This record gives sequence, structure tokens and C-alpha cells, in this order.
Amino acid sequence: MTTFKPNTVYVTYIASTPEKVWQALTDAEFTRQYFGGQTVEVEPKAGGRFVMRLPDGSVNVQGRVVEWSPPHRLSCTWGFPQVPKLPECLVTYDIEAVGGAVKLTMTEGHSWDIPEALLSGGRSGWPAILSSLKSLLETGQPLAIKMAPPKEMLEALKALRKEGN
Amino acid sequence: MSKPSFVYVTYIASTPEKVFKALTDTEATAKFWFGNAVTSDWKVGSPVAFHREGKLILSGKVIENDAPRRLSYTFTPHHGPHDGSDTSRVVMDLEQQKNQVKLTVTHDDFAPGSTVFASISNGWPLVLSNLKSYLETGTTPLYAPWYEENAGQKTEKVVS
Repeated sequence: MTTFKPNTVYVTYIASTPEKVWQALTDAEFTRQYFGGQTVEVEPKAGGRFVMRLPDGSVNVQGRVVEWSPPHRLSCTWGFPQVPKLPECLVTYDIEAVGGAVKLTMTEGHSWDIPEALLSGGRSGWPAILSSLKSLLETGQPLAIKMAPPKEMLEALKALRKEGN
Repeated sequence: MSKPSFVYVTYIASTPEKVFKALTDTEATAKFWFGNAVTSDWKVGSPVAFHREGKLILSGKVIENDAPRRLSYTFTPHHGPHDGSDTSRVVMDLEQQKNQVKLTVTHDDFAPGSTVFASISNGWPLVLSNLKSYLETGTTPLYAPWYEENAGQKTEKVVS
């Protein structure tokens, strides 16, 4: 069993219900609106297939469902077919009803001593994605945040691709 | 070991002027900051105080005021387990993007052995989620009677 250390955690509180937040995280029509245009495909069971597609249809993320516990916890491995040398990470969404709202906790865990430069992608991306998700559920309108991978991450990925070649 | 620094980023469909106003306005903070109303003239060096039901909760001094782009003040909590002897620093950076504001709150410069880090790590996501709702929907959906009780607890668990 691989152990994933929680490297990045982001918490947001959303005026919604756990069921609606769960749907927003697992329904392609929702993710397309707030997740940089990506659509989710998830087989609803532990061990099921998990995919995030870019707007052009290509697979950006491919992994497996580790835990499927609607509407409280979804945990999936995330592999990046375009960067096969990058070890899979584990992304967990915890959904909890608190104080008249929903507490959503995203935890991105890694199984290796990942350099800060590679963490910068998630650290800049998650606040944008989850801010837009909150707006979408509360106002019906997502945010149009222009997202670009941090330069330091692109350089680290380039170095990773070159390794051993 | 590097010194602890808490950074929280949120994107708000608003303008830097409105976000800056909300962060510095007595009535607005009373609404989204769970009853904690701020008072200050916001001049560099001036005192900052947050009161809830007449009780001093947080105090500080203005370090920088570059409205509507940046606001910084010292941060001394007086509630829960904190006795007003533990001072750290808050920096708020506001960046106008197309139709929204990127708000970055950086909380650092903690005293050695400070217990404030655990409190604020729970507190900022609550406060800033409510701020975002307040500015985007005009409502503050989050009810946090446990905001006070949880101050200082290391656990992430919040009981409703």
C-alpha cells in the first residue's frame, strides 16, 4: 500500500448541501464550468476508473477511485499520461455539513519527496478551481479565472521528462 | 526549519475597492467576520481593534496601507486561549483580474512557540469564505458559534 503525505490542503466553506457539492465534483457538466474546462469521468465504486479530460477531449488525468463514499468522501489517484514519469498523487475531497454550510477540504498527497516546484501547480490551481466552484454553487456563475501553469513547474516537468533519456 | 507561514488565496467576483472596503469597514466585518467588528483610522502606525459584543478579540497596529492593493497589520488575539501577549503579522494583497479579485492573505512572523498558528489556520478559511459569499451574494451563510471555542485547537475537526 502506497503512503501519500498530505502536501497541499485547501479548505473552503460553501452555502450548499453535501449532496450538491458531491454532484459538482463528480458531474462533467459541473466540472466543465469551474475546473478550467475539464470534464470528469468517474466509475462510482472503489477501484473504478477516474479521468479528467481537457476541452479538446484528450486525457489530462487518469487514475483509480480509492474511496467512493457519497456524499462525504471521494479519494482518487491522479496520474498524468502526458508526464508518465511523474508518480501518481492522491486527491481527496472531504465534504462535511457544518454551521449551515458545507466544509470542503481538498487534500493533495504525494508518495515521494516531491520538489516544491512541482507542488506549485496544485498550490496555484486549487484556490482558483475551488473559488470558482463556490461561486458556481452559490451564485450560479463560475469565475473566469485565467489559469496558466507556474513557470517553475513547467521547468521542473521539463527536467523530469529529460531524466534518464 | 523554516518559520511557519500561512497563505490562503481566494478569488472573489468583485473589485479591489469593494474587497478593501469590506476588510476595513466596521459594519461589513461585523457581518462576515462572525460578529467581530473592526475599528481603525487605517493610518500607518494607528491601532486596529476587533470587538465582538463589546469584548476585545483582536488588536494590532497598521503596518502598511496601500489601498486598494495592500493592507498589513500586526495581529494579537485576546480570545479563547490567547492572552494578548502573542503578536504576529497579517498581509492582505489584492490583485484585480478580469472579472474578479485575487485576494492573498499571508499570516506570518509568529513568536517562537506561538499557539496562534493553529487557530488562524482554522479561522482564515472560515472568515474568507464568508467574505467571498458576502461580496458575491450579499449574504453570510456561515454560522460559526464554534469559531471561538475552536480557537487554539490543533484538530481540524469542527463540530456544528
